[in-house]
Amino acid sequence: MAVTDIASPPEEIQEPSGLSSGWGRRLFIAIPYIWLLVFFLAPFVIVLKISLSDVILARPPYFPNFDISEGWQGFLAMLRVFDLENYVWLAEDSLYLNSYLSSLRIASISTLLTLAIGYPIAYAMAKAPKEWRATLLMLVILPFWTSFLIRVYAWIGILKKEGFLNYFLLWTGIIDEPLMILNTDTAIYIGIVYSYLPFMVLPLYAVLEKLNISLLEAATDLGCSPLKAFWVITLPLSLPGVWAGCFLVFIPAVGEFVIPDILGGSSTIMIGKTLWVEFFSNRDWPVASAVAILLLLMLTLPIILFQKQQEKQAEASQ
Amino acid sequence: MTRFNWFNTTTLTLGFAFLYLPIILLMIYSFNESRLVTVWAGFSTRWYQSVFLNESFINAAWVTLRVGFISASVATVLGTMAALVLNRAGPFHGKTLFTGMIYAPMVMPEVITGLSLLLLFVSLDFARGFWTVTLAHITFSMCYVAVVVSTRLVTFERSLEEAALDLGCTRFSAFIQVTLPIIFPAILAAWLLAFTLSLDDLVIASFASGPGATTLPMKIYSQVRIGVSPEINALSSILIAVVAIGVVTASLVTKQAHVKRIKEERMAINSI
Repeated sequence: MAVTDIASPPEEIQEPSGLSSGWGRRLFIAIPYIWLLVFFLAPFVIVLKISLSDVILARPPYFPNFDISEGWQGFLAMLRVFDLENYVWLAEDSLYLNSYLSSLRIASISTLLTLAIGYPIAYAMAKAPKEWRATLLMLVILPFWTSFLIRVYAWIGILKKEGFLNYFLLWTGIIDEPLMILNTDTAIYIGIVYSYLPFMVLPLYAVLEKLNISLLEAATDLGCSPLKAFWVITLPLSLPGVWAGCFLVFIPAVGEFVIPDILGGSSTIMIGKTLWVEFFSNRDWPVASAVAILLLLMLTLPIILFQKQQEKQAEASQ
Repeated sequence: MTRFNWFNTTTLTLGFAFLYLPIILLMIYSFNESRLVTVWAGFSTRWYQSVFLNESFINAAWVTLRVGFISASVATVLGTMAALVLNRAGPFHGKTLFTGMIYAPMVMPEVITGLSLLLLFVSLDFARGFWTVTLAHITFSMCYVAVVVSTRLVTFERSLEEAALDLGCTRFSAFIQVTLPIIFPAILAAWLLAFTLSLDDLVIASFASGPGATTLPMKIYSQVRIGVSPEINALSSILIAVVAIGVVTASLVTKQAHVKRIKEERMAINSI
């Protein structure tokens, strides 16, 4: 897209305190715009293109290559070689279907677990004394700043056969034999819940903190038990936070690579890991690209739903 | 409702124990004498010594810091520009696409971002290494910067900018003298966020990097795959301590600056 496509509108609709008008404004818009077009949008077009290409033993390991010097004819010649072979391959090999399905399953279960653990924490934070809330918030955010990889790694020492958890459980006499948790799906669930908990707690806390106390008082005055008041008032009013939190956990969890790779077993296949292996071990770039395109399509629906929900919330808060 | 009850106290205690125990255990056992990570054999700092004597760790740390510093600085400039475009430029053709491109990288699975950038670099015939990792980090960090700075711009008192314009400031000098000082804490926080994101990233760096540019997370990952080692515990503890001190200091400083700014902003508005 050329700079002229994003040119400024007529002057009269420009806001009074907006950026300076004319060429300066155009340039100001163009710099981040072009950056994102080149480094964010264009790469996706290339992934799409390569997913339609064939794998060859060469550098780069795919065919056809678009040669700009051949111009329009070269482009048409390239189009003729494109086919959906890689996608057919994905559909025929059950490995790929299984990794998509197991990614969806693991991401859904982990999202529900994160909600079950995150909700009480967010609720307790919102009900905490005012002077404590900023500190509690900081405590939830702080682990998010430390390296994701290190936080996942820390669980190996806890979950492995001679790890802290087994040591503790054997010592208390709850179990007689060490539990095998590392390299199972359970370890992946723990890893995802642990890593993404702040994403769930923060939006929930934001809605619960704003909740109007007088509604609950009114309910109690009218004879509601605290449990019922929670059920008919707090929970429905916190639903926007629940949705936001679930999307924020679910979307990245589907494409997760580090957690299943480090904590999961060899029998658990998730799509992020399949893509990684296809690219780095099998060196099949076209198939890896096709896997990426399908993953993206799979996530489009939740991402659009999430955006719609965010917009609705933004409108409601205005 | 202003005191803790037993339910909330228990929930918070368990919740924070879950969040912090793994990190605390890792840090404690980094001082363990034994190579067997979960058996305590006495206090020792030998693993810290071996981290500092390990040349490949030091090299990786150096690469990571340089990538982080350059990418965070460029991303802060580009992201702040993007935030101003979102909030101050008024409508323009393609604004929806622009907004989409700002928000999309944050929910995009890292494997896809990494793969797509790598394929871009290959088709442009860029030699992969230090600069390709830096470019990749700039691209995803600038979106976070844009969002953080936007949040500040939304709550910003527009009348101050207008007052400066009425008093004869050009738009540029109004931005430099009024807007920039007010949004500066947010810009600082955004830089810090961009820097930490770059420091943490494994997946995108693995795709975008080439021979000779191994970042610290890549180095840690290759070791972690073999299993738990006390050296990695020590290295992780150092990283956690550095980031924790940085974040706490920055948040205290920005909080102070924020309180001061709000006061000044109010005084300025009252005097208009």
